Amino acid sequence: MIKRMNKLLLAAVGALIVPAAFAANTITIGMTASRTGALNVDSTYVMHGAELWRDEVNAAGGIKVGHKHYKVKFVSYDDQSQGGRVQQLYTRLILQDKAQFLFGPYSSGLTATAAVITEQYGTIMMDSGGAESKIFELGNKYLYQILTSAAHYLSGSIAVLKEHDPHAKIAFVYSDDPFSKAVVQAAKKEAEAAGLTVAMDESYPPATTDFTAIINKIISSGADAFMGGGHYADGATLARQLHDQKANLKWVSILVAPDSAQFATLGAGANGVSVPSQWEPQVKYKPEFGPTVAQFTKRYHAKYGVDPDYHAAGGYAQGLLLQHAIEEAGSIERDKVAAKLNAMDVTTFWGHDKFDTDPGHHGLQAAHDMVLAQWQMKDGKLVKEMVWPTAAATAKVVYPIH
Amino acid sequence: MTMLRRPFFWVIGAIILAFVLAPTYGNNVGLRESLVLAAVYITLASNLNMMLGYAGYVNFGSIVFFGLGGYFCVWLMSAHGWSLVGATLAGGVAVSALALLFGLGILRLRGAYFALATIGINEAIMAFVSNFGPWGGASGIYLSPALFQPLGGAGKALWLIYYLLVGVMGLSLYLSYAVKRSKFGLGLLAIGQNEDAAAVLGVPAPRYKAIVYSLSALLPAIAGGLYFFKSAFIQPPDAFDLQLSTEVIVIAMLGGQGTVIGPAIGAFLYEQLRGWLLTSPTFSNFQLVIAGALLLGIVLFAPGGLMGWLYRRWPRLRRFLE
Amino acid sequence: MIGVLASLLDGILIGSVYGLAAMGITLIWGVMDVINLTHGTMIVAGMFGAFLLAGAAGIPVYATLPLVLIGGFFVGVAMYWIAVHRLVGQPPLMSLLSTFAVNLVLIGLGTAVWGTDLYNVPISLPGLSLGRYTFPGTHLMAAALTVVVAALLYIFLYRTRTGKAVRAVAGSREASELVGIPTRRVLALTFGIGVALAGVSGVLIATMFPFTVLSGDPYLLKSFVVTVLGGLGNPIGALIAGVALGLLEGLATPFMPVSWTPVIEFVLFVVVLIAFPGGVLGVFGIRGTRAQ
Repeated sequence: MIKRMNKLLLAAVGALIVPAAFAANTITIGMTASRTGALNVDSTYVMHGAELWRDEVNAAGGIKVGHKHYKVKFVSYDDQSQGGRVQQLYTRLILQDKAQFLFGPYSSGLTATAAVITEQYGTIMMDSGGAESKIFELGNKYLYQILTSAAHYLSGSIAVLKEHDPHAKIAFVYSDDPFSKAVVQAAKKEAEAAGLTVAMDESYPPATTDFTAIINKIISSGADAFMGGGHYADGATLARQLHDQKANLKWVSILVAPDSAQFATLGAGANGVSVPSQWEPQVKYKPEFGPTVAQFTKRYHAKYGVDPDYHAAGGYAQGLLLQHAIEEAGSIERDKVAAKLNAMDVTTFWGHDKFDTDPGHHGLQAAHDMVLAQWQMKDGKLVKEMVWPTAAATAKVVYPIH
Repeated sequence: MTMLRRPFFWVIGAIILAFVLAPTYGNNVGLRESLVLAAVYITLASNLNMMLGYAGYVNFGSIVFFGLGGYFCVWLMSAHGWSLVGATLAGGVAVSALALLFGLGILRLRGAYFALATIGINEAIMAFVSNFGPWGGASGIYLSPALFQPLGGAGKALWLIYYLLVGVMGLSLYLSYAVKRSKFGLGLLAIGQNEDAAAVLGVPAPRYKAIVYSLSALLPAIAGGLYFFKSAFIQPPDAFDLQLSTEVIVIAMLGGQGTVIGPAIGAFLYEQLRGWLLTSPTFSNFQLVIAGALLLGIVLFAPGGLMGWLYRRWPRLRRFLE
Repeated sequence: MIGVLASLLDGILIGSVYGLAAMGITLIWGVMDVINLTHGTMIVAGMFGAFLLAGAAGIPVYATLPLVLIGGFFVGVAMYWIAVHRLVGQPPLMSLLSTFAVNLVLIGLGTAVWGTDLYNVPISLPGLSLGRYTFPGTHLMAAALTVVVAALLYIFLYRTRTGKAVRAVAGSREASELVGIPTRRVLALTFGIGVALAGVSGVLIATMFPFTVLSGDPYLLKSFVVTVLGGLGNPIGALIAGVALGLLEGLATPFMPVSWTPVIEFVLFVVVLIAFPGGVLGVFGIRGTRAQ
C-alpha cells in the first residue's frame, strides 16, 4: 500500500515537474503588428513570415540552446498603425509577458518609438520593418536591422535609368512619411551624382487619394521617369492614375506597393512598373543555413496560398537570424546573443546580412542588397521579373515602358 | 484659505497621492505606464472641461495645445540644448500666448461654428508643421537617448517624468476647482447658461472667454512636452491627433462635464477600458464600437455623465465631490 | 500654361463632387441645426454600396446611384429616429456628440468587416485629351451626374410642396408647427435626404479614387470647408463653393508644393468662419434656407 502510494506520489510529482520543465523551455518573443490601421496590409505579410518560421522551428523541436531545446512562443498585440500605444505595448511585452527577445513593429516611425523602450530595458529587438537609418544614429545597442536601409532603395532603379538614358529627367514624388522621405533624399543625391536631372521633388500627404493635379504637374515638368510613392495604398493609386491620365512616362519606379501580388489587379496600369525589393522569389542566394529560396517560397505558398513578397521573407528571416545567433551563443542570455549578432556575417535565403557595430550606427544593416523587380507582360499575363542586378536577373529590363 | 477646509480639496490630494504611491510601491513599471496615459487623459479632460463644462464652448481641436507644447519642448531640448523643466515651461507659456492670439479670432464665434473653427486650427497647424523644416516636417524629431543622461539615465528619467505628469494632473484638478469656486468661474458658468444674458448682467464675456481659453492651453502644453519627451519621437499625426481630441470630449462627457472630479473619473475609466480592449484578442476590433455605444447612451439618456447620475441618486455627494 | 489650365479644369470637375458631398451636410445643418458627424462615413457607405452592388450583383456602376440614393434615404431616416430625434431643440453640442458616437460605432463595425484594405470600383471610361493632358472619363461623368443630382435637389426644394415645407421648417420650426406642418416628419425626411446625398457622392467618388473604411474623414473635413464657404443651409451655395475649392486646389498645385495645399485650405476655412459667417456667397446676397 505504501509502495503504491509512493508510486502515485512520484507520478504526481512527476506530472507536475515534467510539464513545468517543458514549459520552462520556451523562448518568448514579443512584437506588435498593425492588425488595423493604414499599415495593415504589409504588416500582415511580415507576421505571416514570422509565424511560418515559428511553426517550422517548433516542428523541428525548437531552438537548440546548448543541450536543451526551446520552443518558440509569440506574444503579439495590435498597435493600430499608431505610435501612441507602441511604447505601452512594448513595455508590457517586456515586463508583463516577460519576452526575452522582440520583433519590431512595421514601419520606421513605429520602430523608432518602440526602440526607446527596448533600449531602456536593454532587450534585443530585430528590425524587419524599419528601413530608416536615422533610428540607428541615436546610440542604440540592441536594435538589429536585417533589411537594407532606406538610403539604398532606389540605387538599382537609378542605375538602370542611367544605363538606358544618361540624360533622363526624373520626377521624385513621394509620401510625406519618414521612410519615403529618407529613400528619396538619398536617391536624389545619387541621381544628381550620376548626372541625371531632377525635374521635380515633391511630397504629398500620406492619405492622398487624388493625384490628378500632381500628375499634371509631372507631365508639365517634362519628366521622363517617375520615382517615389510610399506604402501600398498611395503607391497603387499612383500607378492607376498615372495610367488613366496617360502620363506615358518611360520609366516608373514605385516604392513598396508593386511588390505584392495584389498589384497585378491594376492590369495595364501595372505593366512596366518597377519596384525596389528587399527580396524576390527568383533570387539566387545560396544559404549557409535555413531553407533555400525555393524551399521557403514553396512552404510559404503551401501555407498561405500566395507567393511570399519581401515583407514576408523579412518576417521569416528575422526569426532565422535570431535563432542562429542563439544557437551559436549556446545561451539565451542577452549579452551572449548580442555578441553573436554583432559578429554575424552570413548568407541565408534572404541574402547577405552583417550588422554595423560602429557606435554611431550600431545595428544598421551593412551587407544586404536590394534587387529591382519589374512587372512585365508574358504570354498575355502580368509577371513580376527580377531585372537588376543584371548578374542575377531573370529577365531583361523593359525600357521604355511606354 | 477657505479651500483647505473644503473636503474636496483633500479628495484631490488623495487622488494625487494614490497616483504617486501605487506604482512606486513595488517598482511597478507596468502600472506606471498605464497610469501615465491616465494622467495625460485626466489633464487634457480637466482643462477641456473649463471651456466645455463651465463656459459651454466645445473645443474639438483641443489637442493642438498638447501637440504644440510637445513640439516646443522637444525642439528646444534637441536643437538648443534646453533642460527638461525649462523647455516644458517655455512650451507652456508659448502655447498659452498662441492660444490667446487664436482666441482673439475665433472666440467671437458661437456654438457649432466655434467647434468647427477649433478643428480648422488643429488641421491647419498640423499641415503647417508637416511642412516646417526646423521642426522636422513630416518626419518629425527623434530624441537621442543621450538627452536622458542629465536626468540620471532612462530608467530614472521615466520615473521623474511620471511624477511631473502627476504633478501637472494635480495642478489641472486644483486649477479647475479653484476656477469653479471663484468669481471668474461663476462668470464662466453664467456664460455657459446664456451668454447674452450674462453680458447684459455685467459679465465681461469676451475677456473671460479669452482668459479661460488661454488658461486651458497651459497645462496640456506642459503635459505634451513631458509626454513627447518620454516618447523620444514626435511627428505631426501623433501630436495633432484629432481622434484623441474627440476622445477627450467623450471622457469629459462620460465623467460629467461641469464637475471637477467628473473628467478625472471619466478619464480613468475610459483609459482602463481602452487598455483592456486593446490587449484583449476578441475585442481589439470593437473598441470603437463600444466607445461609440457608450457615448451614445450617455448623450441620449444621461447627459450629466456619471457624476450627473450620482448626484441625482445621492444629492449629499455634492458637498464632497465637485 | 496648358498644364495650369488642365489642373483648373480638372479642379472644377472634382470640386463639383466636393460640392455634392457637402450638400448633404449643409442641408441637415441648415434645417435642424444639427451637424451630422456621420457624414464622412455615409460617403464611405455609398462607396461600399457601389462596390458591393457593382461587384456582387453585377449591376453597372452608374446604375447603383438610384439604389444608393434610396438606401441612403432609409438609413438617414433610421439614424434620425435613433440618434437625433430626442435631441432636437437641445444645444447643438448634444447632436454633435450623438452623431459622433454613431460614427464611432459605424467605423468600428466597418473596420471589423472590411479591415483597412484598399478597395476599387473597377470602371474605366474613355477620357478627353487636351494635348498631353487627359481628363479621365470618370471625372467628367461624375461632374455631369453631380449637376443632375443638384438640379433634382433644387427642383425638390423650390418647386414641390414638401420642399417648401422643408424650407419652412428651416426658417422656423415653431412657426411651421403653428401652420400644421408635421415638423418631426419633415426633419426625418431632411435627414434622410442629407444622408442619401452623402451616399450618392460616395458612389461618384468611388468611380474616381480608391477608398478604405477610413476614407470618410478627409471628405468630412472638406465638406465642412465647403459648407462654411457656401453658407449654411444653402445647397446651391455648397455646389458653387465646392467648385471654388476644387479650383483653388487646381490653381495651387502647379505653383507650390502639394503638401502646402491643406495648410491653405484650413487657414482659409478659419478665416472665412471668422470673417464671413454667412459664407462667402452670403456677401453676394445669395442666402440659403437659413438666413444668418
